[in-house]
Amino acid sequence: MKTVDISVNGEACSMPADASVADLLAELKLAGRRIAVELNENIVPKSSYAQTRLATGDQLEIVHAIGGG
Amino acid sequence: MSIVRPGASEADRFTVGSHTFNSRLLVGTGKYRDFEQTRLAIEASGAEIVTVAIRRTNIGQNADEPNLLDYLPPDKYTILPNTAGCHTAKDAVRTCRLARELLDGWNLVKLEVLSEHKTLYPDVVETLNAAEVLVRDGFEVMVYTSDDPIVARQLEAIGCKAVMPLGAPIGSGLGLQNPYNIAMILEELTVPVLVDAGVGTASEAAVAMELGCDGVLMNTAIALAEDPIMMARAMRLAVESGRLAYLAGRMPRRAHASASSPMDNLVGRRPG
Repeated sequence: MKTVDISVNGEACSMPADASVADLLAELKLAGRRIAVELNENIVPKSSYAQTRLATGDQLEIVHAIGGG
Repeated sequence: MSIVRPGASEADRFTVGSHTFNSRLLVGTGKYRDFEQTRLAIEASGAEIVTVAIRRTNIGQNADEPNLLDYLPPDKYTILPNTAGCHTAKDAVRTCRLARELLDGWNLVKLEVLSEHKTLYPDVVETLNAAEVLVRDGFEVMVYTSDDPIVARQLEAIGCKAVMPLGAPIGSGLGLQNPYNIAMILEELTVPVLVDAGVGTASEAAVAMELGCDGVLMNTAIALAEDPIMMARAMRLAVESGRLAYLAGRMPRRAHASASSPMDNLVGRRPG
């Protein structure tokens, strides 16, 4: 199966070639969680997760809120 | 008949940008034992604005772990995302944009760009750069800065909605080391000025408020108290108390004594 090689929060990761951001979040069990996603330094709005396809070399950041001052 | 003074009632509200609050105590959510203690302490503090940090999620680890925002629901508290940990304007701006997406378009943020670990002093150049980009991008920026009145003025000129000078280094609990600088900043600025960092105990929060600060932001003083929930309540009272004392207007300082009881018609003899 063809795959795309991406980086998620600095870690290398592989997904099927036609995978979307929504597929990645489902794979990481983060679907529906309070998170935000950045793809190559641009925000991916929640409404676009399903339409945003991943490509080799993509760099994703997935963040959440934690305790802080 | 009682006289209602402005400030002695609910009329004394605190406005930052387009948002208005009753509490002038803002609290952080770091360093607590667990989320339950965080929740209880914040409830006791009466704070309406709570700061959070934005960090990478753990990939491949327990995805079911509890989330801070389950304990501090954004419909009950104003979540103030903080860029703490960022060392460049670019990372701070990215963090704010992620936070806005995370919080469904909420645009009030705390900007903090630090220089190095020993002092955790703000890098004011990067802070000014980030503030400019964020204001242009539609954020309402509450900015952590040094106690330099010139930088404070520049941050206001850029369009920051609140300027938050440190009272002492972050997490130091040394109290206000710089009351004259804070007073100068208060004189210079028209946007709200909050002391952010340095308060260690309740009297120090009251000092900041008595100077005329619009609010105090703290984390460690509550979280690392032996009893954080009791200290949260102490801080709530101190901030209210200091605010009332400021509004009431303190008596003038005198070099000599001034008796409270009349000196006339004393029984016996007067002292010479």
